[in-house]
Amino acid sequence: MREPRWLPWARWIVLGSLSLFTLLPLYVMATTSIKPLGDVQGDFHWIPTTISLQPFADIWRTVPLAHYFANSLIVASIAAVASVTIAIFAAYAISRYRFPGRKVFSVTVLSTQMFPGILFLLPLFMIFVNLGNTIGVELYGSRTGLIITYLTFSLPFSIWMLVGYFDSIPTALDEAAQVDGSGPVGALLRVVIPAAMPGIVAVTIYAFMTAWAEVLFASVMTDESTRTLAVGLQGYSTQNDVYWNQLMAASLVVSVPVVAGFLLLQRYLVQGLTAGAVK
Amino acid sequence: MVASTTPRPGARRGSGSPEGGPPRSGGRGPGRVAALIPVRLRRLGLPYLLILPAIVLELLIHVVPMLVGMWMSFLKLTQFFVRNWSAAPSAGLANYEIAVDFDSAVGSSLLRSFVVTVAFTVLAVGLCWLLGTAAAVLMQGSFRGRGVLRTLFLTPYALPAYAGVITWSFMFQRDSGLVNHILVEQSGLLDERPFWLIGGNSFVALLVTYVWRVWPFAFLVLMAGVQNISDDLYEASAIDGAGWWRQLRSITLPMLRPVNQVVVLVLFLWTFNDFNTPYVLFGKSAPEEADLISIHIYQSSFVTWNFGSGSAMSVLLLLFLLLVTAVYLVATSRRRTRA
Repeated sequence: MREPRWLPWARWIVLGSLSLFTLLPLYVMATTSIKPLGDVQGDFHWIPTTISLQPFADIWRTVPLAHYFANSLIVASIAAVASVTIAIFAAYAISRYRFPGRKVFSVTVLSTQMFPGILFLLPLFMIFVNLGNTIGVELYGSRTGLIITYLTFSLPFSIWMLVGYFDSIPTALDEAAQVDGSGPVGALLRVVIPAAMPGIVAVTIYAFMTAWAEVLFASVMTDESTRTLAVGLQGYSTQNDVYWNQLMAASLVVSVPVVAGFLLLQRYLVQGLTAGAVK
Repeated sequence: MVASTTPRPGARRGSGSPEGGPPRSGGRGPGRVAALIPVRLRRLGLPYLLILPAIVLELLIHVVPMLVGMWMSFLKLTQFFVRNWSAAPSAGLANYEIAVDFDSAVGSSLLRSFVVTVAFTVLAVGLCWLLGTAAAVLMQGSFRGRGVLRTLFLTPYALPAYAGVITWSFMFQRDSGLVNHILVEQSGLLDERPFWLIGGNSFVALLVTYVWRVWPFAFLVLMAGVQNISDDLYEASAIDGAGWWRQLRSITLPMLRPVNQVVVLVLFLWTFNDFNTPYVLFGKSAPEEADLISIHIYQSSFVTWNFGSGSAMSVLLLLFLLLVTAVYLVATSRRRTRA
């Protein structure tokens, strides 16, 4: 492409400003997490007066962070694996079969993704509470309730992305497997899944991130023993004071698993996230 | 629970044939049982069996609650009936009448929240789209540092929403925040330290935080869209003497139209329903000026424990979103076919 002479300047001004905008909170998060408490109570300092790793030790004592961490880990892992497992079967059906109701199913599933969460919150809350009261299945406040809810949140997008991946695998491959005597499900397990592995890993990370970051349902559907990080971090602000250095240290710690996963698998995730939208 | 049991037959079939075994033995065991069912019927039933777990879960967590929500909106579901809703008396249309009676306290605050949400959505979607497009277009082609920039831009999107938003809420603190430090101490643009998280400024704080978090999504999808445009088009137009602006207006933007159609719709729905940003930024009580509709319904439901009224507001919200989506899809598709 022929570029006018001002374009490199425009590029660096625009992209530079966007980088600053993006970096500023990341810088604040990182530097505040190594400040002593005195530094975060008065006027803002760009550079910590003393570097202290104390906040990273304190965060585990101020609130039961390890407990919330474990809750988030359990809920997000199980929800992600279950969601992707279910999505693999559904995506295989949509990608490989033409059956009546296929279109209706795809559109319905995808459109539920777009409905406001608040629409499901009140009825689900009522259903969970009343199930506990009438038949003794305690979903309200339990990890199981949260897992089931979260796995349906990532399900539509997982199916959508996996259909894109499966479509890109030649059907000749699973036909060959079927000639060898595997049934359709055998072909899925032995040929399609291994071939789509990068996509499946990317979708699993996406589902994990969705559950890890969810706030609305976590704030209503959990109690003290099942609280996840999304709600638990509020514990650093007390009536009188907010431990900003600890809050930033804790934010950093809880972000590391998902950001690392995202950046490592960035290429696959970007492919998957965009495949559907571009088509 | 249903979810964990249904996919098992398939998984068992797979584990029944270890990799070392002859490839043919895998399908034989279940095949013999299934042979009793005609092959055509099996072929027909299999896709439905495969999507069954997904359907069951969608029904349980999305469709049934939605229907229950609609039913709840016609009930007098106050705090006395939360644990025993079968005893809740019918309210008829009363919940809706209160919600749209703009002279009442409930109705007028809902209307105000709706107006705030519309203004917020228009500005936020516009800004996210603009920043995303600018970055995607300027990052077309290859230059040094492109990969690093892309990773940097995507980081806010990868960060859990609460971690990023909490950081912004620290930056917006009146006395210890970075924003006032720059505006008052360092640049002297302002004499007084303004409040950012209460009063009129809270709308700006919410907008900045939200755009920071969500514009990378627009960038991500638009960047992929830009990469999918064939180089031939640019080369051919360059031979015809088209400059950079001309190419942007006549090739890049028109070719992005299908992507834009999806991106703007998804951004609109996400933004209009956003709960996380105001909830984490302001805590449980959002200031009036930044009282987005989701958090408004949440607060009015869980503060008053009037779930009937909250459900009616949710249903109204759903109807509005469906209407806008339908109009949008019809309008953008018609323009596309005409073009």
